[in-house]
Amino acid sequence: MAEQKQNIVEIRHLYKSYHRGSLVVPVLFDITFDIVSGEFLALMGPSGSGKTTLLNLLAGIDKADEGSIRVGDLDITTFSETELAHWRANHVGFIFQFYNLIPVLKAIENVELPLHLTSLSKRERRDHAEMALRMVGLEHRMDHYPQELSGGEQQRVAIARAIVTDPTILVADEPTGDLDRVSAEEILAMMERLNSEMGKTIIMVTHDPRAAQRAKILRHLDKGYLTDDDSQNPL
Amino acid sequence: MMILKILFRNAFHNKLRSGLTILGIAVAILAFGLLRTVISSWYAGVEAASTSRLVTRNAISIIFTLPLSYNEKIRQIEGVKMVSYGNWFGGVYIEEKNFFPNFCVEPRTYLEIYPEFVLSPAEKKAFLADRKGFVAGRKLAAKYGWKIGDPVTLKGTIYPGNWDFVLRGIYKGRDDTTDETQFYFHWDYLNETIKKVSPPRADQVGFYMIAVTRPDLSADVALAVDKTFKNSLAETLTETEKAFNQGFIAMSGAIVTAIQMVSFVVIIIIMAVVANTMAMTTRERIGDYAIMKTLGFGGRDITVLIFGESLVISLTGCLTGMILTFPAAAAFGQSLANFFPIFIVSRETLYLDILAAILIGCLAAIIPTRQAIRIGIADGLRRIG
Ligand SMILES: Nc1ncnc2c1ncn2[C@@H]1O[C@H](COP(=O)(O)OP(=O)(O)OP(=O)(O)O)[C@@H](O)[C@H]1O
Ligand SMILES: [Mg+2]
Repeated sequence: MAEQKQNIVEIRHLYKSYHRGSLVVPVLFDITFDIVSGEFLALMGPSGSGKTTLLNLLAGIDKADEGSIRVGDLDITTFSETELAHWRANHVGFIFQFYNLIPVLKAIENVELPLHLTSLSKRERRDHAEMALRMVGLEHRMDHYPQELSGGEQQRVAIARAIVTDPTILVADEPTGDLDRVSAEEILAMMERLNSEMGKTIIMVTHDPRAAQRAKILRHLDKGYLTDDDSQNPL
Repeated sequence: MMILKILFRNAFHNKLRSGLTILGIAVAILAFGLLRTVISSWYAGVEAASTSRLVTRNAISIIFTLPLSYNEKIRQIEGVKMVSYGNWFGGVYIEEKNFFPNFCVEPRTYLEIYPEFVLSPAEKKAFLADRKGFVAGRKLAAKYGWKIGDPVTLKGTIYPGNWDFVLRGIYKGRDDTTDETQFYFHWDYLNETIKKVSPPRADQVGFYMIAVTRPDLSADVALAVDKTFKNSLAETLTETEKAFNQGFIAMSGAIVTAIQMVSFVVIIIIMAVVANTMAMTTRERIGDYAIMKTLGFGGRDITVLIFGESLVISLTGCLTGMILTFPAAAAFGQSLANFFPIFIVSRETLYLDILAAILIGCLAAIIPTRQAIRIGIADGLRRIG
């Protein structure tokens, strides 16, 4: 992987605050850092330090007050809502703590969902979704509804949904936060494989040191500040 | 389309809630349909009335009579083809609650002027031959199980005493809108009896029915009739049968308005109920909508999802209600046949049902849709868990 050193994400002087009525709550201060292509980054920090906020900004589901976020060749801070939606559909895969599958859709339909925003044919959508489910080892659960699956299985479906569009980056907010240890290990192993075998760039927010160990690089956020510079994961 | 699949499944995801909402809408649509049918059947008499027939009554009020001698004078007027006459009898069969219209007429002319009351030649002959004979509409005879030759006694209210009749004919309506609940008998029978017990009330007619030679002459003939009796002891008021019936119905206009209002109130209430259900449902799905937006679906998709779900529920309820309306109207019409001889669910009522359902579905979806679209993705996602 020769181009591994190429930056896939460049964040420059990012500020973000929330408004609660007349009260302004600053959350992120002057965040600047890069993520190289093929990275597996874990973002850690105490509760309320702004991890989710930062992840949301670089995944294009929230707007920064100041600063720029470059993903690939595009500065997404200049995008309109519609452009952002289109960009997310093509470039970002999402994994959440609570899986967030659509309850009325079967596993395979959940995985297919993002493909409905592409120009793929019905047949191609089905093929892609089946392949993604096979990659997470759930092809035999294709026709199950989310409530018929365990937490770990639901999270695997969510991973399949996140990778089915072959996005530029994968973002995961506490992907193991709601899982027991065994399932958590499974999910982490799977993400590790996505990173090492398929070269997916992953940005993962976590509380769990065991989860952080799987990442190649660690970042710490404290009260809205990045507190370290490119510290390599001791592992 | 995936969106359609989701919205249909969403609509029936919470079975109890959707079921109850659909039931509520069905009952509301049923009530609405029945009330509308009550109103339209109220007016059906007017619709069935002919503009080529005139009715002449006392100018002061319908409760005053006219002398029998007017009959000859009216017949002389140009444009008049035939004249019949009758009196409202207002008799009661066994008990007060057995209400049906009953009156006496000059039978020969009456049957000619009203060809929509279809009587077999044999029955017609038997009726004309029997002074105490009467003719009943098919529905009326069926209701009381009367058969040809049966004796029937009415208790007089306007004309006291017990009046005995024999059923000589059962008429069928020529059209759907023909009233099949009437009871009519010989004017002579009434008049001769009155002559004996209360001579001053004899030879009095409640209303004249006039057939004109050409419908376009109606207005001229009406004027001519009223002019003939101007400044006489009993002045007349002549109008087309339609106008006459309308005047009759206008008396109960307030009731009709009340029913009309109730029918709309029912729709407004169910609108509030469905809006509440949709608000609850979408609040629960805020997370789902946030996910879909995260994946790149837009406000338009969310709008389709919520409006679609709301419309699926309201239209399912509407369809159920419409299907129930027919048997309910049949049962309703049967038990109230005497008040509403023509109780048929009209096509307009069904259109109104659908219109109401669409209105319910759309209005219920507006606020939840606005909320679901306005909320930022990040905020929506935070609501999960
Ligand atoms: N919509 C909002 N309005 C106001 N304040 C907000 C909003 N969202 C987040 N915050 C505040 O911003 C700060 C950072 O929140 P964020 O969710 O990014 O923290 P976090 O590091 O992800 O925490 P956790 O580990 O608990 O998930 C918190 O103090 C939070 O209360
Ligand atoms: Mg968080």
